[in-house]
Amino acid sequence: MEKSLWIRCNNCGKILYKQDIIDNLYVCPACNFHYRLTAIQRLNYLFDKNSWKIIDEEIQPTDPLNFKDSKPYKQRIEESRNKTSLSEAVINVMGTIDGIPVIMSIMDFSFIGGSMGSVVGERITRAIERAGKEKKPLIILSCSGGARMQEGVLSLMQLAKTSAALSRLDELKVPYISVLCDPTTGGVTASFAMLGDINIAEPYALIGFAGPRVIEQTIKEKLPKNFQRAEFLLQHGLLDDVVPRKNLREYLIRALRLLLNQPK
Amino acid sequence: MEEEKTFFELEKPLIKLREEIRKLETDPKNKEKINKLKKELKNKWKEIESKLTPLHIIQIARHPQRPYTLDYIDNLIEDFMELHGDRRFGDDPAIVAGLGFYHGQTVAVIGHQKGRTTKEKLFRNFGMPHPEGYRKALRIMKLANKFGFPILTFIDTPGAYPGIGAEERGQAEAIAYNLREMSRLEVPIINIIIGEGGSGGALAIGIGDRILMLQYSFYSVISPEGCAAILWKSQEAVSLAAKSLRLTSKDLYELKVIDEIIPEPVGGAHADYEKTFKNVDKYIRKNLEELKKMSPQDRLKYRYHKFRRMGVYIERK
Repeated sequence: MEKSLWIRCNNCGKILYKQDIIDNLYVCPACNFHYRLTAIQRLNYLFDKNSWKIIDEEIQPTDPLNFKDSKPYKQRIEESRNKTSLSEAVINVMGTIDGIPVIMSIMDFSFIGGSMGSVVGERITRAIERAGKEKKPLIILSCSGGARMQEGVLSLMQLAKTSAALSRLDELKVPYISVLCDPTTGGVTASFAMLGDINIAEPYALIGFAGPRVIEQTIKEKLPKNFQRAEFLLQHGLLDDVVPRKNLREYLIRALRLLLNQPK
Repeated sequence: MEEEKTFFELEKPLIKLREEIRKLETDPKNKEKINKLKKELKNKWKEIESKLTPLHIIQIARHPQRPYTLDYIDNLIEDFMELHGDRRFGDDPAIVAGLGFYHGQTVAVIGHQKGRTTKEKLFRNFGMPHPEGYRKALRIMKLANKFGFPILTFIDTPGAYPGIGAEERGQAEAIAYNLREMSRLEVPIINIIIGEGGSGGALAIGIGDRILMLQYSFYSVISPEGCAAILWKSQEAVSLAAKSLRLTSKDLYELKVIDEIIPEPVGGAHADYEKTFKNVDKYIRKNLEELKKMSPQDRLKYRYHKFRRMGVYIERK
Protein backbone atom coordinates (compact mmCIF):
# COMPACT_ATOMS: atom_id res chain seq x y z
CA MET A 1 0.00 0.00 0.00
CA GLU A 2 1.10 3.56 -0.68
CA LYS A 3 2.66 5.79 1.91
CA SER A 4 0.00 8.54 1.92
CA LEU A 5 -2.83 8.95 4.41
CA TRP A 6 -5.44 7.99 1.90
CA ILE A 7 -5.51 4.93 -0.29
CA ARG A 8 -7.72 3.42 -2.91
CA CYS A 9 -8.85 -0.14 -2.26
CA ASN A 10 -7.46 -2.35 -5.04
CA ASN A 11 -10.63 -4.39 -4.98
CA CYS A 12 -13.60 -1.99 -4.73
CA GLY A 13 -11.86 1.22 -5.75
CA LYS A 14 -13.16 3.22 -2.81
CA ILE A 15 -10.88 5.93 -1.39
CA LEU A 16 -10.28 5.14 2.24
CA TYR A 17 -8.44 6.56 5.20
CA LYS A 18 -5.43 4.32 5.51
CA GLN A 19 -5.56 4.05 9.28
CA ASP A 20 -9.09 2.62 9.00
CA ILE A 21 -7.78 -0.29 6.97
CA ILE A 22 -4.86 -0.84 9.32
CA ASP A 23 -7.15 -0.80 12.35
CA ASN A 24 -9.34 -3.31 10.57
CA LEU A 25 -6.45 -5.84 10.26
CA TYR A 26 -5.87 -4.85 6.63
CA VAL A 27 -9.39 -5.72 5.59
CA CYS A 28 -11.21 -3.12 3.48
CA PRO A 29 -14.04 -1.72 5.65
CA ALA A 30 -16.08 -1.07 2.51
CA CYS A 31 -15.83 -4.37 0.59
CA ASN A 32 -14.31 -6.79 3.12
CA PHE A 33 -11.34 -7.55 0.83
CA HIS A 34 -8.55 -9.22 2.82
CA TYR A 35 -5.13 -7.78 2.01
CA ARG A 36 -2.08 -9.96 2.51
CA LEU A 37 -0.39 -9.68 5.87
CA THR A 38 3.21 -10.20 6.78
CA ALA A 39 4.04 -13.05 9.14
CA ILE A 40 4.85 -10.55 11.89
CA GLN A 41 1.48 -8.79 11.51
CA ARG A 42 -0.32 -12.12 11.81
CA LEU A 43 1.70 -13.08 14.84
CA ASN A 44 0.82 -9.82 16.57
CA TYR A 45 -2.91 -10.15 16.27
CA LEU A 46 -3.12 -13.88 17.02
CA PHE A 47 -0.95 -14.42 20.09
CA ASP A 48 -1.54 -13.19 23.61
CA LYS A 49 0.48 -10.04 24.22
CA ASN A 50 4.11 -10.67 25.19
CA SER A 51 3.51 -14.42 25.27
CA TRP A 52 5.43 -15.40 22.19
CA LYS A 53 8.93 -16.16 21.07
CA ILE A 54 10.26 -16.79 17.56
CA ILE A 55 12.21 -20.05 17.38
CA ASP A 56 14.21 -22.18 14.93
CA GLU A 57 15.87 -19.11 13.39
CA GLU A 58 19.20 -20.95 13.42
CA ILE A 59 18.03 -22.82 10.32
CA GLN A 60 19.29 -20.70 7.45
CA PRO A 61 19.14 -21.05 3.67
CA THR A 62 22.00 -21.89 1.36
CA ASP A 63 22.23 -22.51 -2.36
CA PRO A 64 22.60 -26.28 -2.83
CA LEU A 65 22.25 -26.27 -6.63
CA ASN A 66 24.21 -23.11 -7.31
CA PHE A 67 21.12 -21.85 -9.06
CA LYS A 68 21.04 -18.80 -11.24
CA ASP A 69 18.17 -17.60 -13.41
CA SER A 70 17.79 -13.88 -14.17
CA LYS A 71 19.71 -13.40 -10.94
CA PRO A 72 21.60 -15.74 -8.62
CA TYR A 73 19.48 -17.50 -6.00
CA LYS A 74 21.78 -16.21 -3.27
CA GLN A 75 21.05 -12.67 -4.36
CA ARG A 76 17.32 -13.38 -4.35
CA ILE A 77 17.57 -14.53 -0.75
CA GLU A 78 19.58 -11.46 0.21
CA GLU A 79 17.09 -9.11 -1.45
CA SER A 80 14.15 -10.82 0.23
CA ARG A 81 15.88 -10.52 3.58
CA ASN A 82 16.44 -6.83 3.15
CA LYS A 83 12.90 -6.25 1.91
CA THR A 84 11.12 -8.28 4.58
CA SER A 85 13.52 -8.33 7.54
CA LEU A 86 12.76 -12.07 7.70
CA SER A 87 15.40 -14.77 7.29
CA GLU A 88 13.10 -17.10 5.32
CA ALA A 89 9.53 -17.55 4.10
CA VAL A 90 8.27 -18.99 7.39
CA ILE A 91 8.67 -18.14 11.06
CA ASN A 92 8.10 -20.59 13.90
CA VAL A 93 6.58 -19.16 17.03
CA MET A 94 5.79 -20.58 20.43
CA GLY A 95 3.44 -18.76 22.75
CA THR A 96 -0.09 -18.74 24.06
CA ILE A 97 -3.49 -17.99 22.59
CA ASP A 98 -6.00 -17.13 25.31
CA GLY A 99 -3.62 -18.84 27.68
CA ILE A 100 -3.37 -22.05 25.62
CA PRO A 101 0.23 -22.92 24.70
CA VAL A 102 0.63 -23.51 20.96
CA ILE A 103 3.32 -23.98 18.34
CA MET A 104 2.70 -21.92 15.23
CA SER A 105 4.34 -21.65 11.83
CA ILE A 106 3.46 -18.55 9.83
CA MET A 107 4.39 -18.19 6.17
CA ASP A 108 5.10 -14.88 4.47
CA PHE A 109 4.36 -14.43 0.79
CA SER A 110 6.70 -11.46 0.42
CA PHE A 111 9.73 -13.75 0.87
CA ILE A 112 10.25 -15.32 -2.61
CA GLY A 113 6.52 -15.88 -2.98
CA GLY A 114 6.36 -17.79 0.27
CA SER A 115 7.98 -20.67 -1.57
CA MET A 116 9.07 -23.83 0.23
CA GLY A 117 12.68 -24.87 -0.03
CA SER A 118 14.84 -26.81 2.42
CA VAL A 119 14.59 -24.20 5.20
CA VAL A 120 10.81 -23.85 5.08
CA GLY A 121 10.49 -27.64 5.04
CA GLU A 122 12.91 -28.05 7.92
CA ARG A 123 11.36 -25.31 10.05
CA ILE A 124 7.83 -26.64 9.47
CA THR A 125 9.05 -30.15 10.32
CA ARG A 126 10.68 -28.89 13.52
CA ALA A 127 7.47 -27.11 14.49
CA ILE A 128 5.54 -30.35 13.92
CA GLU A 129 8.05 -32.40 15.89
CA ARG A 130 8.11 -29.88 18.72
CA ALA A 131 4.31 -29.86 18.89
CA GLY A 132 4.45 -33.65 19.20
CA LYS A 133 7.17 -33.67 21.79
CA GLU A 134 5.69 -30.92 23.96
CA LYS A 135 2.09 -32.03 23.32
CA LYS A 136 1.12 -28.54 22.26
CA PRO A 137 -1.39 -27.97 19.48
CA LEU A 138 0.06 -26.98 16.14
CA ILE A 139 -1.27 -24.17 13.96
CA ILE A 140 0.16 -23.44 10.52
CA LEU A 141 -0.80 -20.35 8.55
CA SER A 142 0.05 -21.07 4.93
CA CYS A 143 0.66 -18.49 2.26
CA SER A 144 2.77 -19.79 -0.59
CA GLY A 145 3.15 -20.13 -4.31
CA GLY A 146 4.44 -23.69 -3.80
CA ALA A 147 7.77 -25.44 -3.86
CA ARG A 148 10.84 -23.31 -4.48
CA MET A 149 12.20 -24.00 -7.96
CA GLN A 150 15.69 -22.75 -7.12
CA GLU A 151 16.28 -25.77 -4.88
CA GLY A 152 14.97 -28.24 -7.45
CA VAL A 153 13.96 -31.69 -6.30
CA LEU A 154 15.11 -30.92 -2.75
CA SER A 155 12.12 -28.58 -2.50
CA LEU A 156 9.82 -31.32 -3.76
CA MET A 157 11.09 -33.63 -1.04
CA GLN A 158 9.97 -31.14 1.61
CA LEU A 159 6.39 -32.20 0.77
CA ALA A 160 7.31 -35.74 1.74
CA LYS A 161 9.22 -34.69 4.84
CA THR A 162 6.52 -32.43 6.30
CA SER A 163 3.74 -34.91 5.52
CA ALA A 164 5.65 -37.77 7.14
CA ALA A 165 6.16 -35.63 10.24
CA LEU A 166 2.41 -34.94 10.29
CA SER A 167 1.67 -38.64 10.21
CA ARG A 168 3.63 -38.98 13.47
CA LEU A 169 1.80 -36.01 14.99
CA ASP A 170 -1.45 -37.65 13.94
CA GLU A 171 -0.46 -40.80 15.80
CA LEU A 172 0.47 -38.78 18.88
CA LYS A 173 -3.05 -37.29 18.74
CA VAL A 174 -1.86 -33.72 19.02
CA PRO A 175 -4.29 -31.33 17.29
CA TYR A 176 -3.25 -29.51 14.15
CA ILE A 177 -5.22 -26.63 12.67
CA SER A 178 -4.31 -25.47 9.17
CA VAL A 179 -5.20 -21.93 8.11
CA LEU A 180 -4.90 -21.27 4.38
CA CYS A 181 -4.31 -17.65 3.45
CA ASP A 182 -4.17 -15.96 0.06
CA PRO A 183 -2.60 -17.56 -1.91
CA THR A 184 -1.84 -21.19 -1.06
CA THR A 185 -0.98 -23.24 -4.12
CA GLY A 186 1.28 -26.01 -5.38
CA GLY A 187 3.45 -28.02 -3.07
CA VAL A 188 2.30 -26.38 0.13
CA THR A 189 -1.36 -27.16 -0.58
CA ALA A 190 -0.31 -30.64 -1.69
CA SER A 191 1.32 -31.35 1.66
CA PHE A 192 0.88 -29.89 5.14
CA ALA A 193 -1.72 -27.21 4.33
CA MET A 194 -4.39 -29.79 3.48
CA LEU A 195 -3.58 -32.16 6.33
CA GLY A 196 -5.04 -30.34 9.32
CA ASP A 197 -7.49 -31.94 11.72
CA ILE A 198 -9.34 -28.77 10.86
CA ASN A 199 -8.65 -26.88 7.63
CA ILE A 200 -9.92 -23.32 7.36
CA ALA A 201 -9.20 -20.37 5.07
CA GLU A 202 -9.41 -16.61 4.94
CA PRO A 203 -12.21 -15.19 2.76
CA TYR A 204 -11.54 -15.20 -0.97
CA ALA A 205 -8.08 -16.79 -0.53
CA LEU A 206 -6.83 -18.46 -3.70
CA ILE A 207 -6.24 -22.12 -2.90
CA GLY A 208 -5.35 -24.87 -5.31
CA PHE A 209 -2.89 -27.38 -6.62
CA ALA A 210 -2.26 -25.85 -10.05
CA GLY A 211 -2.30 -22.10 -10.50
CA PRO A 212 -5.27 -20.67 -12.44
CA ARG A 213 -3.06 -19.58 -15.35
CA VAL A 214 -1.65 -23.08 -15.85
CA ILE A 215 -5.16 -24.53 -15.82
CA GLU A 216 -6.42 -21.95 -18.29
CA GLN A 217 -3.53 -22.71 -20.64
CA THR A 218 -4.09 -26.46 -20.32
CA ILE A 219 -7.84 -26.58 -20.86
CA LYS A 220 -8.02 -23.47 -23.05
CA GLU A 221 -11.25 -22.36 -21.45
CA LYS A 222 -12.28 -19.52 -19.18
CA LEU A 223 -12.39 -20.57 -15.56
CA PRO A 224 -15.66 -20.40 -13.61
CA LYS A 225 -16.30 -17.41 -11.36
CA ASN A 226 -14.67 -17.68 -7.93
CA PHE A 227 -12.81 -20.81 -9.07
CA GLN A 228 -10.22 -21.88 -6.48
CA ARG A 229 -11.36 -19.27 -4.00
CA ALA A 230 -11.92 -20.24 -0.37
CA GLU A 231 -15.71 -20.13 -0.76
CA PHE A 232 -15.47 -22.42 -3.80
CA LEU A 233 -13.41 -24.93 -1.81
CA LEU A 234 -15.86 -24.77 1.08
CA GLN A 235 -18.69 -25.52 -1.33
CA HIS A 236 -16.76 -28.50 -2.71
CA GLY A 237 -16.17 -29.99 0.69
CA LEU A 238 -12.47 -29.24 0.91
CA LEU A 239 -12.53 -26.86 3.90
CA ASP A 240 -14.16 -26.90 7.31
CA ASP A 241 -14.95 -23.20 7.13
CA VAL A 242 -14.07 -19.80 5.77
CA VAL A 243 -13.18 -17.50 8.65
CA PRO A 244 -12.91 -13.71 8.32
CA ARG A 245 -9.69 -12.33 9.72
CA LYS A 246 -11.35 -10.40 12.50
CA ASN A 247 -12.83 -13.68 13.81
CA LEU A 248 -9.75 -15.86 13.35
CA ARG A 249 -8.32 -15.56 16.84
CA GLU A 250 -11.71 -16.32 18.40
CA TYR A 251 -12.20 -19.24 16.02
CA LEU A 252 -8.82 -20.73 16.89
CA ILE A 253 -9.53 -20.41 20.62
CA ARG A 254 -12.90 -22.17 20.22
CA ALA A 255 -11.43 -24.91 18.03
CA LEU A 256 -8.52 -25.47 20.42
CA ARG A 257 -10.84 -25.70 23.42
CA LEU A 258 -12.98 -28.27 21.61
CA LEU A 259 -10.07 -30.35 20.33
CA LEU A 260 -8.37 -30.29 23.73
CA ASN A 261 -11.60 -30.95 25.58
CA GLN A 262 -11.04 -27.80 27.65
CA PRO A 263 -14.31 -25.92 28.22
CA LYS A 264 -13.95 -22.32 29.30
CA MET B 1 26.47 -26.87 -31.36
CA GLU B 2 25.75 -30.43 -30.15
CA GLU B 3 23.07 -29.05 -27.89
CA GLU B 4 20.93 -28.09 -30.87
CA LYS B 5 20.47 -31.70 -31.97
CA THR B 6 17.63 -33.59 -30.33
CA PHE B 7 18.07 -37.11 -29.04
CA PHE B 8 15.90 -38.30 -31.91
CA GLU B 9 18.47 -37.01 -34.35
CA LEU B 10 21.32 -38.44 -32.33
CA GLU B 11 19.81 -41.90 -32.22
CA LYS B 12 19.19 -42.18 -35.98
CA PRO B 13 22.42 -44.09 -36.69
CA LEU B 14 21.60 -46.40 -33.79
CA ILE B 15 18.19 -47.17 -35.22
CA LYS B 16 19.79 -47.93 -38.56
CA LEU B 17 22.30 -50.28 -36.98
CA ARG B 18 19.65 -52.06 -34.95
CA GLU B 19 17.57 -52.46 -38.09
CA GLU B 20 20.51 -54.01 -39.92
CA ILE B 21 21.20 -56.39 -37.06
CA ARG B 22 17.57 -57.45 -36.96
CA LYS B 23 17.61 -58.24 -40.67
CA LEU B 24 20.81 -60.26 -40.40
CA GLU B 25 19.53 -62.18 -37.41
CA THR B 26 17.20 -64.23 -39.61
CA ASP B 27 20.22 -66.16 -40.87
CA PRO B 28 22.59 -67.91 -38.38
CA LYS B 29 25.43 -67.62 -40.92
CA ASN B 30 25.62 -63.88 -40.25
CA LYS B 31 26.86 -64.28 -36.71
CA GLU B 32 30.20 -62.66 -37.32
CA LYS B 33 28.69 -59.74 -39.16
CA ILE B 34 26.17 -59.27 -36.40
CA ASN B 35 28.83 -59.24 -33.73
CA LYS B 36 30.71 -56.63 -35.65
CA LEU B 37 27.64 -54.46 -35.97
CA LYS B 38 26.78 -54.94 -32.33
CA LYS B 39 30.21 -53.73 -31.40
CA GLU B 40 29.77 -50.75 -33.66
CA LEU B 41 26.40 -50.08 -32.06
CA LYS B 42 27.92 -50.23 -28.62
CA ASN B 43 30.71 -47.85 -29.54
CA LYS B 44 28.36 -45.43 -31.20
CA TRP B 45 26.13 -45.46 -28.12
CA LYS B 46 29.12 -44.86 -25.86
CA GLU B 47 29.99 -41.85 -27.94
CA ILE B 48 26.44 -40.47 -27.79
CA GLU B 49 26.04 -41.33 -24.14
CA SER B 50 29.11 -39.37 -23.13
CA LYS B 51 27.61 -36.22 -24.64
CA LEU B 52 24.02 -36.49 -23.46
CA THR B 53 22.73 -33.23 -22.00
CA PRO B 54 19.94 -33.05 -19.38
CA LEU B 55 17.60 -32.04 -22.20
CA HIS B 56 18.52 -35.19 -24.15
CA ILE B 57 17.87 -37.25 -21.05
CA ILE B 58 14.43 -35.67 -20.76
CA GLN B 59 13.79 -36.63 -24.37
CA ILE B 60 14.80 -40.23 -23.62
CA ALA B 61 12.58 -40.26 -20.52
CA ARG B 62 9.67 -39.09 -22.67
CA HIS B 63 10.54 -41.27 -25.64
CA PRO B 64 7.33 -42.55 -27.25
CA GLN B 65 8.74 -46.09 -27.30
CA ARG B 66 9.93 -46.11 -23.71
CA PRO B 67 8.50 -49.00 -21.67
CA TYR B 68 5.49 -47.96 -19.58
CA THR B 69 4.09 -49.36 -16.34
CA LEU B 70 1.94 -52.01 -18.04
CA ASP B 71 4.98 -53.23 -19.99
CA TYR B 72 6.79 -53.84 -16.72
CA ILE B 73 3.73 -55.50 -15.25
CA ASP B 74 3.40 -57.79 -18.29
CA ASN B 75 6.99 -58.88 -17.93
CA LEU B 76 7.73 -58.90 -14.22
CA ILE B 77 4.38 -59.72 -12.64
CA GLU B 78 2.51 -62.99 -13.00
CA ASP B 79 -1.24 -63.24 -12.94
CA PHE B 80 -1.74 -59.49 -12.59
CA MET B 81 -5.26 -58.56 -11.64
CA GLU B 82 -6.10 -54.93 -12.21
CA LEU B 83 -8.38 -53.37 -9.62
CA HIS B 84 -10.38 -50.29 -10.49
CA GLY B 85 -11.90 -47.23 -8.90
CA ASP B 86 -11.53 -45.08 -5.81
CA ARG B 87 -14.99 -45.96 -4.38
CA ARG B 88 -15.67 -42.23 -4.20
CA PHE B 89 -15.96 -40.78 -7.65
CA GLY B 90 -14.60 -42.92 -10.45
CA ASP B 91 -11.79 -44.84 -12.03
CA ASP B 92 -8.76 -43.02 -13.37
CA PRO B 93 -7.00 -44.78 -16.26
CA ALA B 94 -3.92 -42.56 -15.77
CA ILE B 95 -3.05 -44.80 -12.82
CA VAL B 96 -3.01 -48.59 -12.99
CA ALA B 97 -3.33 -50.53 -9.74
CA GLY B 98 -3.74 -54.14 -8.81
CA LEU B 99 -2.33 -57.33 -7.35
CA GLY B 100 -0.04 -59.92 -8.87
CA PHE B 101 2.76 -62.35 -8.11
CA TYR B 102 6.34 -61.18 -8.11
CA HIS B 103 8.68 -64.18 -7.87
CA GLY B 104 5.96 -66.16 -6.19
CA GLN B 105 4.88 -63.46 -3.72
CA THR B 106 1.69 -61.41 -3.94
CA VAL B 107 2.52 -57.74 -4.35
CA ALA B 108 0.49 -54.63 -5.06
CA VAL B 109 1.59 -52.76 -8.14
CA ILE B 110 0.69 -49.13 -8.71
CA GLY B 111 1.88 -47.04 -11.61
CA HIS B 112 1.21 -44.08 -13.84
CA GLN B 113 0.19 -45.20 -17.30
CA LYS B 114 0.72 -43.33 -20.56
CA GLY B 115 -0.74 -44.29 -23.93
CA ARG B 116 1.01 -44.94 -27.23
CA THR B 117 -1.65 -44.28 -29.85
CA THR B 118 -3.60 -41.02 -29.90
CA LYS B 119 -6.66 -42.84 -28.66
CA GLU B 120 -4.75 -44.48 -25.81
CA LYS B 121 -3.04 -41.24 -24.91
CA LEU B 122 -6.38 -39.51 -24.53
CA PHE B 123 -7.79 -42.46 -22.58
CA ARG B 124 -4.81 -42.37 -20.21
CA ASN B 125 -4.89 -38.55 -20.12
CA PHE B 126 -1.18 -38.58 -21.06
CA GLY B 127 -0.42 -40.19 -17.72
CA MET B 128 -1.70 -37.20 -15.75
CA PRO B 129 -3.88 -38.41 -12.89
CA HIS B 130 -6.95 -36.85 -11.30
CA PRO B 131 -7.58 -37.08 -7.55
CA GLU B 132 -9.51 -40.33 -8.00
CA GLY B 133 -6.35 -41.90 -9.43
CA TYR B 134 -4.37 -41.08 -6.30
CA ARG B 135 -7.24 -42.22 -4.10
CA LYS B 136 -7.46 -45.52 -5.98
CA ALA B 137 -3.70 -45.93 -5.58
CA LEU B 138 -3.94 -45.46 -1.83
CA ARG B 139 -6.94 -47.79 -1.59
CA ILE B 140 -4.93 -50.60 -3.17
CA MET B 141 -1.87 -49.79 -1.07
CA LYS B 142 -3.98 -50.04 2.07
CA LEU B 143 -5.32 -53.35 0.83
CA ALA B 144 -1.73 -54.56 0.46
CA ASN B 145 -0.92 -53.26 3.93
CA LYS B 146 -3.84 -55.17 5.40
CA PHE B 147 -2.60 -58.48 4.04
CA GLY B 148 1.12 -57.77 4.38
CA PHE B 149 1.94 -57.56 0.67
CA PRO B 150 4.90 -55.48 -0.51
CA ILE B 151 4.12 -52.52 -2.75
CA LEU B 152 5.86 -51.61 -6.00
CA THR B 153 5.14 -48.23 -7.58
CA PHE B 154 6.19 -47.26 -11.10
CA ILE B 155 6.52 -43.53 -11.61
CA ASP B 156 6.05 -41.98 -15.03
CA THR B 157 3.97 -38.83 -15.26
CA PRO B 158 4.32 -35.29 -16.58
CA GLY B 159 2.42 -34.30 -13.41
CA ALA B 160 -0.95 -34.33 -11.72
CA TYR B 161 -3.58 -33.00 -14.12
CA PRO B 162 -4.23 -29.26 -13.85
CA GLY B 163 -7.96 -29.01 -14.61
CA ILE B 164 -11.26 -27.79 -13.22
CA GLY B 165 -12.57 -31.18 -12.10
CA ALA B 166 -9.23 -32.09 -10.56
CA GLU B 167 -9.30 -28.94 -8.43
CA GLU B 168 -12.98 -29.35 -7.53
CA ARG B 169 -12.30 -32.83 -6.25
CA GLY B 170 -9.23 -31.83 -4.27
CA GLN B 171 -6.12 -32.69 -6.26
CA ALA B 172 -3.88 -31.17 -3.61
CA GLU B 173 -5.67 -32.96 -0.77
CA ALA B 174 -5.45 -36.30 -2.58
CA ILE B 175 -1.68 -35.90 -3.03
CA ALA B 176 -1.07 -34.64 0.51
CA TYR B 177 -3.10 -37.47 2.00
CA ASN B 178 -1.12 -40.07 0.04
CA LEU B 179 2.17 -38.58 1.24
CA ARG B 180 1.07 -38.79 4.85
CA GLU B 181 -0.44 -42.27 4.61
CA MET B 182 2.32 -43.87 2.54
CA SER B 183 4.83 -42.78 5.15
CA ARG B 184 3.19 -45.11 7.66
CA LEU B 185 2.21 -48.21 5.68
CA GLU B 186 3.88 -51.12 7.41
CA VAL B 187 4.75 -53.19 4.35
CA PRO B 188 7.90 -52.75 2.23
CA ILE B 189 7.48 -50.12 -0.49
CA ILE B 190 9.78 -49.74 -3.49
CA ASN B 191 9.37 -46.79 -5.86
CA ILE B 192 10.85 -47.03 -9.34
CA ILE B 193 11.08 -43.93 -11.51
CA ILE B 194 10.86 -45.32 -15.04
CA GLY B 195 10.36 -42.16 -17.09
CA GLU B 196 9.07 -38.75 -16.07
CA GLY B 197 9.05 -37.86 -12.41
CA GLY B 198 6.71 -34.90 -12.68
CA SER B 199 6.69 -33.13 -9.30
CA GLY B 200 3.86 -33.68 -6.80
CA GLY B 201 2.00 -35.87 -9.25
CA ALA B 202 4.93 -38.29 -9.18
CA LEU B 203 5.70 -38.00 -5.47
CA ALA B 204 2.06 -38.85 -4.64
CA ILE B 205 2.93 -42.52 -5.27
CA GLY B 206 6.62 -42.03 -4.56
CA ILE B 207 7.02 -42.49 -0.82
CA GLY B 208 8.81 -45.68 0.08
CA ASP B 209 11.72 -47.50 1.65
CA ARG B 210 13.80 -47.56 -1.51
CA ILE B 211 13.69 -45.17 -4.43
CA LEU B 212 15.21 -46.62 -7.59
CA MET B 213 15.59 -44.71 -10.81
CA LEU B 214 16.22 -45.80 -14.36
CA GLN B 215 19.37 -44.14 -15.60
CA TYR B 216 17.71 -41.90 -18.19
CA SER B 217 14.63 -40.93 -16.24
CA PHE B 218 14.26 -37.58 -14.57
CA TYR B 219 12.61 -36.33 -11.40
CA SER B 220 11.94 -32.67 -10.84
CA VAL B 221 10.03 -30.11 -8.83
CA ILE B 222 8.78 -28.58 -12.09
CA SER B 223 9.11 -29.39 -15.79
CA PRO B 224 12.00 -27.56 -17.46
CA GLU B 225 9.42 -25.97 -19.77
CA GLY B 226 7.43 -24.65 -16.81
CA CYS B 227 10.56 -23.47 -15.05
CA ALA B 228 11.84 -21.67 -18.16
CA ALA B 229 8.49 -19.91 -18.56
CA ILE B 230 8.35 -18.74 -14.95
CA LEU B 231 11.97 -17.90 -14.13
CA TRP B 232 13.41 -16.99 -17.52
CA LYS B 233 10.14 -16.02 -19.19
CA SER B 234 11.35 -17.69 -22.36
CA GLN B 235 10.99 -21.09 -23.98
CA GLU B 236 14.53 -20.75 -25.28
CA ALA B 237 15.75 -21.27 -21.74
CA VAL B 238 14.37 -24.84 -21.51
CA SER B 239 17.81 -26.35 -21.93
CA LEU B 240 19.25 -24.01 -19.32
CA ALA B 241 16.40 -24.80 -16.94
CA ALA B 242 16.93 -28.53 -17.49
CA LYS B 243 20.57 -28.13 -16.53
CA SER B 244 19.91 -25.85 -13.56
CA LEU B 245 17.24 -28.03 -11.96
CA ARG B 246 19.60 -30.98 -11.43
CA LEU B 247 16.99 -33.55 -12.38
CA THR B 248 18.95 -36.50 -13.82
CA SER B 249 19.47 -39.79 -11.98
CA LYS B 250 23.09 -38.88 -11.37
CA ASP B 251 22.07 -35.54 -9.84
CA LEU B 252 19.45 -37.15 -7.65
CA TYR B 253 21.90 -39.75 -6.46
CA GLU B 254 24.38 -37.04 -5.55
CA LEU B 255 21.65 -35.07 -3.77
CA LYS B 256 20.85 -38.26 -1.82
CA VAL B 257 17.24 -38.29 -2.95
CA ILE B 258 17.36 -41.71 -4.63
CA ASP B 259 18.99 -44.93 -3.46
CA GLU B 260 20.11 -46.59 -6.67
CA ILE B 261 20.39 -45.97 -10.39
CA ILE B 262 19.25 -48.83 -12.61
CA PRO B 263 21.49 -48.88 -15.69
CA GLU B 264 19.87 -48.72 -19.12
CA PRO B 265 20.92 -50.91 -22.04
CA VAL B 266 22.67 -49.74 -25.20
CA GLY B 267 20.46 -47.15 -26.88
CA GLY B 268 18.28 -46.53 -23.81
CA ALA B 269 15.40 -48.48 -22.25
CA HIS B 270 13.27 -48.22 -25.40
CA ALA B 271 15.97 -49.87 -27.52
CA ASP B 272 16.08 -53.12 -25.59
CA TYR B 273 13.01 -53.99 -23.54
CA GLU B 274 14.26 -57.40 -22.51
CA LYS B 275 17.47 -56.08 -21.05
CA THR B 276 15.61 -53.26 -19.33
CA PHE B 277 13.15 -55.63 -17.66
CA LYS B 278 16.02 -57.84 -16.58
CA ASN B 279 17.87 -54.93 -14.98
CA VAL B 280 14.78 -53.58 -13.27
CA ASP B 281 13.90 -57.03 -12.00
CA LYS B 282 17.38 -57.52 -10.58
CA TYR B 283 17.26 -54.25 -8.63
CA ILE B 284 13.74 -54.69 -7.32
CA ARG B 285 14.43 -58.23 -6.25
CA LYS B 286 17.60 -57.38 -4.39
CA ASN B 287 16.02 -54.44 -2.57
CA LEU B 288 12.88 -56.34 -1.71
CA GLU B 289 14.92 -59.15 -0.19
CA GLU B 290 16.77 -56.64 1.98
CA LEU B 291 13.57 -54.91 3.08
CA LYS B 292 11.83 -58.15 3.94
CA LYS B 293 14.58 -58.92 6.42
CA MET B 294 13.79 -55.76 8.41
CA SER B 295 11.04 -55.60 11.02
CA PRO B 296 8.10 -53.32 10.16
CA GLN B 297 9.10 -50.99 13.02
CA ASP B 298 12.64 -50.67 11.70
CA ARG B 299 11.38 -50.10 8.18
CA LEU B 300 9.07 -47.31 9.36
CA LYS B 301 11.83 -45.68 11.34
CA TYR B 302 14.20 -45.96 8.42
CA ARG B 303 11.59 -44.59 5.99
CA TYR B 304 10.90 -41.63 8.26
CA HIS B 305 14.56 -40.71 8.52
CA LYS B 306 15.08 -41.22 4.83
CA PHE B 307 12.79 -38.28 4.06
CA ARG B 308 13.47 -36.44 7.31
CA ARG B 309 17.08 -35.77 6.34
CA MET B 310 16.30 -34.50 2.83
CA GLY B 311 17.10 -30.86 2.17
CA VAL B 312 20.19 -28.71 2.47
CA TYR B 313 20.44 -25.80 4.91
CA ILE B 314 22.85 -24.19 7.31
CA GLU B 315 22.39 -24.58 11.03
CA ARG B 316 23.86 -21.67 12.98
CA LYS B 317 24.86 -22.35 16.54
